[in-house]
Amino acid sequence: MSVTALRIYPRPVEADEEPVSGIALTLSGVGRSFDTKNVLSALDLHVPAGQFVAIVGRSGCGKSTLLRLLADLDQPSEGRIELAASGSAGAPARIMFQEPRLLPWQSVVQNVEVGLPVGLDRHDRREKALGFLDEVGLEDRAGDWPSVLSGGQKQRVALARALASRPGLLLLDEPLGALDALTRIEMQALLERVWREQRFTAVLVTHDVTEALALADRVILLDGGRITLDMEVPLPRPRRRGTAELARLEGRVLEHLFEANTARDEVAHG
Amino acid sequence: MSIQATPAALSRFQEHRLFRLASGARGWVLPVALLLLWQALAQGGLIAVNVLPAPSAVALAGWESLRSGELVQNMWVSTLRALAGLAVGGLIGFGLGIANGLSRAVNDVTDTTLQMVRNVPHLALIPLVILWFGIGEESKLFLVALGVFFPIYINTLHGVRSVDPQLIEMARAYEMSSGALFRRVILPGALPSIFVGLRFALGIMWLTLIVAETIAAESGLGHMAMQAREFLLVDVVVLAILIYALLGKLADIITQFGERAALRWHPAFQKEGAR
Repeated sequence: MSVTALRIYPRPVEADEEPVSGIALTLSGVGRSFDTKNVLSALDLHVPAGQFVAIVGRSGCGKSTLLRLLADLDQPSEGRIELAASGSAGAPARIMFQEPRLLPWQSVVQNVEVGLPVGLDRHDRREKALGFLDEVGLEDRAGDWPSVLSGGQKQRVALARALASRPGLLLLDEPLGALDALTRIEMQALLERVWREQRFTAVLVTHDVTEALALADRVILLDGGRITLDMEVPLPRPRRRGTAELARLEGRVLEHLFEANTARDEVAHG
Repeated sequence: MSIQATPAALSRFQEHRLFRLASGARGWVLPVALLLLWQALAQGGLIAVNVLPAPSAVALAGWESLRSGELVQNMWVSTLRALAGLAVGGLIGFGLGIANGLSRAVNDVTDTTLQMVRNVPHLALIPLVILWFGIGEESKLFLVALGVFFPIYINTLHGVRSVDPQLIEMARAYEMSSGALFRRVILPGALPSIFVGLRFALGIMWLTLIVAETIAAESGLGHMAMQAREFLLVDVVVLAILIYALLGKLADIITQFGERAALRWHPAFQKEGAR
C-alpha cells in the first residue's frame, strides 16, 4: 500500500442521528496504589466536554491505570472521579483497548452489534451496525470472521463497535500501538474525523508523542504518577503532518520528558 | 500428447472433488489391506478357523444375523443405552463444569469430591452396581453416565476457565448482561474444549457399555458376543468386535461434523474452505 492509497472515508449521511454531546471529566486527588506501590498519586484534572486529550508517558508511568479508572474497570484508592454528561443523557463511556478484542465466533457485523444499546429489534440492529461499519470503511467485510481481517481492519471494527454505543466519552488505550506505520496514519485520520463529527470527549493514552500531537487538543505528560506537563495544541484541523509547528511542539514535549528524567536520576544518584 | 503437471494444474486437481474424496478415503486403505491379508491367511490355512475365522465367514455370520433381525435388535438396544447414558452423564458433567467454571464458591464445595470419585475406575463399580440394580437397564445407564461424566466435566470446566479474560473484560466494559455474557462470550469460548471432552466421552461410552453388557445384560451387542462364546461361535464374536470398531468410528465422524459446524469461526476449521 502506498501513501497515495490512504483512504479518506466519506461521511455517510444519517439524518436521524444527531451528534452526541461529550462527557466532562473531573478528577480530584485521584490516587491508585497496588500493594505498597503508588502508581498514581493526587491527580487533579479537568477535561471539558468534547475535548480530545492525549496522555503521554513512558511505560509504567501510570497512564493505562488512569484510563482503566476512567473506564470504571478499576477503582481509585483515593480521590474522586466525576463524569458529567452535558447534553443527551445516558451517553456512555467506552474504551478501545490496545488489542481489538473482537469475539472470534461472531461475524464482523455481529461484533459491531455488541456496541448497540439493548432493546432494538434484530433488523434494526443489523441496519445500524452496517451503518457504523460503513463509517469505518468496512461494510463489505460485514459477514467475515474477525480472524481473516488484518490488524488495522480489526481495530476499525473495534472502533465501529465503540461508535455504535454513541459514546459521550471514548477512552483509547494505545489502540494503534500494534499497527504498522501507514495503517496508523490512516487510523489517526479516521479517529480525528469521527471525533470531529460526533464531538464526544476523547482521552487517548499513548507513548507516541507525534500521535498525541496529531490528534489531541491538549497533551498531558504523566511521569511517576504525576502530571508534569499540561500543554494546549493550538493547531488547525484536520491536522497536517510534518509541519514546522508540529515539530516544535514535539520537541517541547520530548525535552520536558527527558528533563524530568534527568532530574530524577540526579536525585537518585546524588 | 504430453501431460505437464504445472503447479497451477496440480492445485486445480487438488481442488477437484474426486481428489478430496480420494484423500478422505486414504484412511481406509490400511484397514482394507489388513482385511485382505487376513482373508488370504485364513484361506491358505495359516490361521485355524476355530482361532480366527476368515472375514468372509464373519461377513456370512453378519448377514445371517442381519436376516434374522437379531443383529439389528441388539445394535438398536446397545445404541439406545449408549445415547441415554451419554445424555444423562453428559448433561450433568456439562452443568457442573459450567457451574464450577463460573463460580469459585461452587467449585470449592464440589471439586475435591469430584476429583476423588474420578480416580476410582468406574468399571470397578460393576459388582456394586449389579447388587444395586441387578442386570436391568439401570445398571448400564448408571455406568455409562458415570463414565462419560468426567471427560465432559473436566473439559467443560477447563474450557470455561480458559476463556480469554480480555474478552470478558470487553463484555463488561460494554455492559453486557450476565445472560448475554454467557451466551455470546463464555459458552462459545469454551466450546472447542467441550468438543474435546465429548470425543473422549464417546470412546468411554462404548467401552463402558460393552463391558457392562458382557457381564450384566440380557440383550445388546456385548450380550450377543458372550452368548456366541458359550456356543463357540467364533465368527459371531469377531463380528461383534468389528461392529464396535465401526460404531466407534461412526460416533467420532458425527462429532467431527458437529464440531465443524459449531466452530466454523475457528481458524483451524477455515483452512479447508479457503483453499
